[in-house]
Formats: sequence, structure tokens, C-alpha cells
Amino acid sequence: MSALTEAPEAADLPVRKASVRKRLVPYWLLVPGLLWLVVFFALPMVYQASTSVQTGSLEKGYQVTWHFQTYWDAFKEYYPQFVRSLLYAGTATVLCLLLGYPLAYLIAFKAGRWRNVILVLVIAPFFTSFLIRTLAWKTILADGGPVVHTLNSLHVLDVTSWLGFTEGDRVLATPMAVVCGLTYNFLPFMILPLYTSLERIDSRLHEAAGDLYATPATTFRKVTFPLSMPGVVSGTLLTFIPASGDYVNAELLGSTDQKMVGNVIQSQFLRVLDYPTAAALSFILMAIVLVMVTVYIRRAGTEDLV
Amino acid sequence: MRWLRRNVIVIAGLATLAYLILPNVVVMVFSFNKPNGRFNYSWQRFSTDAWQDPCGVADMCGSLSLSLQIATWATLGATVLGTMIAFALVRYRFRARGAINSLIFLPMAMPEVVMAASLLTLFLNLGAQLGFWTILIAHIMFCLSFVVTAVKARVMSMDPRLEEAARDLYAGPFQTFVRVTLPIAAPGIVAGALLAFALSFDDFIITNFNAGSTVTFPMFVWGSAQRGTPVQINVIGTAMFVIAVVVVVAGQLVANRRGNSAKA
Repeated sequence: MSALTEAPEAADLPVRKASVRKRLVPYWLLVPGLLWLVVFFALPMVYQASTSVQTGSLEKGYQVTWHFQTYWDAFKEYYPQFVRSLLYAGTATVLCLLLGYPLAYLIAFKAGRWRNVILVLVIAPFFTSFLIRTLAWKTILADGGPVVHTLNSLHVLDVTSWLGFTEGDRVLATPMAVVCGLTYNFLPFMILPLYTSLERIDSRLHEAAGDLYATPATTFRKVTFPLSMPGVVSGTLLTFIPASGDYVNAELLGSTDQKMVGNVIQSQFLRVLDYPTAAALSFILMAIVLVMVTVYIRRAGTEDLV
Repeated sequence: MRWLRRNVIVIAGLATLAYLILPNVVVMVFSFNKPNGRFNYSWQRFSTDAWQDPCGVADMCGSLSLSLQIATWATLGATVLGTMIAFALVRYRFRARGAINSLIFLPMAMPEVVMAASLLTLFLNLGAQLGFWTILIAHIMFCLSFVVTAVKARVMSMDPRLEEAARDLYAGPFQTFVRVTLPIAAPGIVAGALLAFALSFDDFIITNFNAGSTVTFPMFVWGSAQRGTPVQINVIGTAMFVIAVVVVVAGQLVANRRGNSAKA
């Protein structure tokens, strides 16, 4: 991989000069893109950090007063939304894994010549704006629609209402609708990494397991699943992180009782215009997500993700 | 019963696929609806009105063409910058490589709303006029990491001996790059560019924070969700889905034919 740089350098001067110039090549390649990320990704974080410890008002202007109290106040006022975001995102991630694994397995091992067709069908919905698709769930889960009717006549809604996932004979504007939307929206982000890591598994390992009298279930538990762990880890991260900050599903499919922290940040920033509180909230969310992700990656034992 | 048990994975997988496709089917069906009121959420009767007059809604096609413009420029910017970074990271060893890798990974590992909010604080502090340029800057920023990842994967699996062979055959550095390196890296670059286009075209959260009063297509859809969704939105959604499937299938066919002729 590093053949270019490890090439022995000739002793005479002109070639040496050229190699100095050559050594600068990677930096010239990196500078424009990195500058973009530093100015428009890293620097904004600094600005946001400074905003979060400011006090003042829109009319009089803001000053940095190291007012860390904002963090505590914001957390105290909005911790239900934080807890709800993590619960919804966590549930959606688990559902994505349960739903996505069979499909990824199907594509990797059973689809044969249908493989590319199914892959296209997994990716193509991306091109219909996700807002349009989320709005379609309003039609699907509509009160008195076929889905609600079926669930009702099977008495499923009685159980879910008792558990607090739905209310009466409605699905829309309940936690179930929001989790359903989140699961749907982030499912492809679970399926694709799972598929990539399943596809890499050598099928001879399955044969070997069978030769050693392992049942299909044992083969899955001892061979397939452990080998697909990198896909499971990156898939769960790719669903959990965006889901925890999402506010579109809660807004379109939920009611005011299902607001997530993303909704709060959005309305503090764009409607209430209380910038310090909004900045503090978004830093708290970032910190929670980063800590959870770090712990999770350590636990899952795949640190070569990055 | 035994058949059921043997095919349980296939059935579960197909059920998930149905779950994924169902909203697209609903969007398609409801593009032929003639709604009774402002909202297009319940089926009334069949009509092709919306298909005959896709731009009949005020401001919708304007927002659509703005989104296409932004997506095109964002794709171009992110692909050029991202490809350069990917080559530097794979082909050269230098200090701070680890730090740079994490800087590129971070935007993908951060809830979008956090990035959106922080970028807005930067623009507010600088007193920048929110609109086309701030949206474009934001889109290039979040597409960049995805392009780097896609191109990196491809360049890493490239055999550097091919380039050495080109140089042995007296190709200059430029010629080697254009005739050998670029064609081999092309699938990765195309994949990265397609991803960037789709991400930029579909982005709502970051755009919503940094658009000011400019309205992109996802923002038009968001606004209309409150006021009442015109059927034309379903027409655009259906058309995009169909175009995407056609492009991907055509790409597959071309790739297959190339593969076959290369083998022959």
C-alpha cells in the first residue's frame, strides 16, 4: 500500500528535490477537503459551544458568561424528551436488526440470480424523498384504514394499548406510529452493512459446520452470527445515531406527547430563538450519543471500524 | 409445515422487503387519486389529473429545480474534494493520518440535528445571508465523508503494481493517472457521487436549519404536510422512484455487458 513512499531514494540532488515535492503531494490532496470540514464542521462546534454558555437576549445581544447552568436547566426541563428519544431510537434499532437480518441473509445466501433485483428494491426507495414516504405512513396507518382494522379485529391493539404503545383504536399519533416510521426510515442502513458482512463469509464454513453435525440453528449461532458482527455493529450505529436525533417521524406520525429531543432543538432554534438552550441541548445529545457509541464499540470488540 | 420451517428465512426476508416497498406502492397509487379536500390521505376516486399537470402546484417545480441544482453542485464539490482525500489517505503515509480519519468519520457519527444547529450558530455569528450558498456549503460538508468512504473502499482494493507497470512502459505521471488509475477507481467515485446526489437531494434536517426563506423540494413537502399535500407530490415521488430503478437497472446491464465482453 505504501509502495510509493517507501521507494528507496536515489542519492543525487535533483531526484531528491523531486521527492521532497512528492512528499508534499498528500498534503495538497488533503488541504481543500479538510479545510472545508474544519471550517464548516469543526469550527461550528466551537461556535455552538460558545453559544451554549452565553446569556443575553435577542434584542440586547449575547455575551459569553460561562453560564453552565443552561445545561442543567435544559436537561432538567427536557429529560423526558431525551429518555424518549433514546427509547424510541433503541427500539427502532432492535426492530431494524430483527427485520433486517432475514432480508440481508436472504440476499447474501438465498437470492441467487434475484440478488441484484432485491438490492435495487432495498436502495431505490431512497430516491423517493423520505418525507413523501413518511407521509405515506399516514395513509397506511390511518384511523379506520385496513391496517388498523386488521390489528383491531385480531385484538392486537387491545394488547398494545394496555402496554401504552397505542391509544384506543388508533395507531397514528401514538408511540407505535413513531417507532414504526423510524424503523422503516433507517432499515436500509441496517440491511446494507449486514449484507456486506454476510456476503464475505466463506460458504465452506457452513459446509464444515454441517459436516461436524451442527444443526442449522447451531451453525447460525456459532458460525454465521459471530462472523457477521462487524455488520451488526455498524448497522446498529447507522440506525441508532440518526434515529436519536430525528424529529421528522415524531412530527409527522406522532402527537405532542411523542416529541423527541430533535423536535425540541428544532423549535428552540427556529421558533423560540433561545439559542443558548438550543445549543446546550444539542451538545447534551451529542455527548450522550458519543458516550453510548464508544462504550458499545468497546463492548462489541470491533475497534477497527473507523 | 416442514416446507414452512425450511423457508422461514425467505418468508421473513420477503416480508421485510414488502414493509420497505409498501410506502412506495402507496405513493404510486395515491398519485392517481382525486382527493376531496386539501389532504391526499384517503382514497377517493381514480384520476390522471396530477400526471397531466405535474407542475400545476404553485412553487413546487421551482423548489424541485432548486433541489436538483443544489444536488448537482454539492455532488460535484463533494466528489472532487472527497476523491482527493481518499487518494491521499490510501496511497500515502504521513503524520496525523489517524486524526484525519476520525475527522472524516465524525460527521457520519453525529446526529444530523447537532451538525445542523452548530452550522446555524456559525452562520448567525458571521452574519451570513441564509439561502442557496449556505445550503450548498452544508451539503458539501455532510456528503464529503460518504464520498471519502466509498472511494477509499475502491482504491484500497486497487493493485498498485498496475500503476508501476504503466510507469515501466514510460507513461508519465499524468498519463498513468488518467489512463490507469482513474478508470480503475471510477466505480468507487461513481458510487460516491450517486450517494452524494441522493443524500443532498433528500436532505431535510440540515437544510431546514440553514435555508433561511429558501425552499428546497423536501422543505416544500414538509410545509405542504401542514397545509395539505397536493397529489403532484406523489407524482414526483413516483417518477423519482421509477427513474432510480431504471438508472440502476440500465447501469447493471451495461456493467454486465462490459464484464461479458471483457471475459470473451
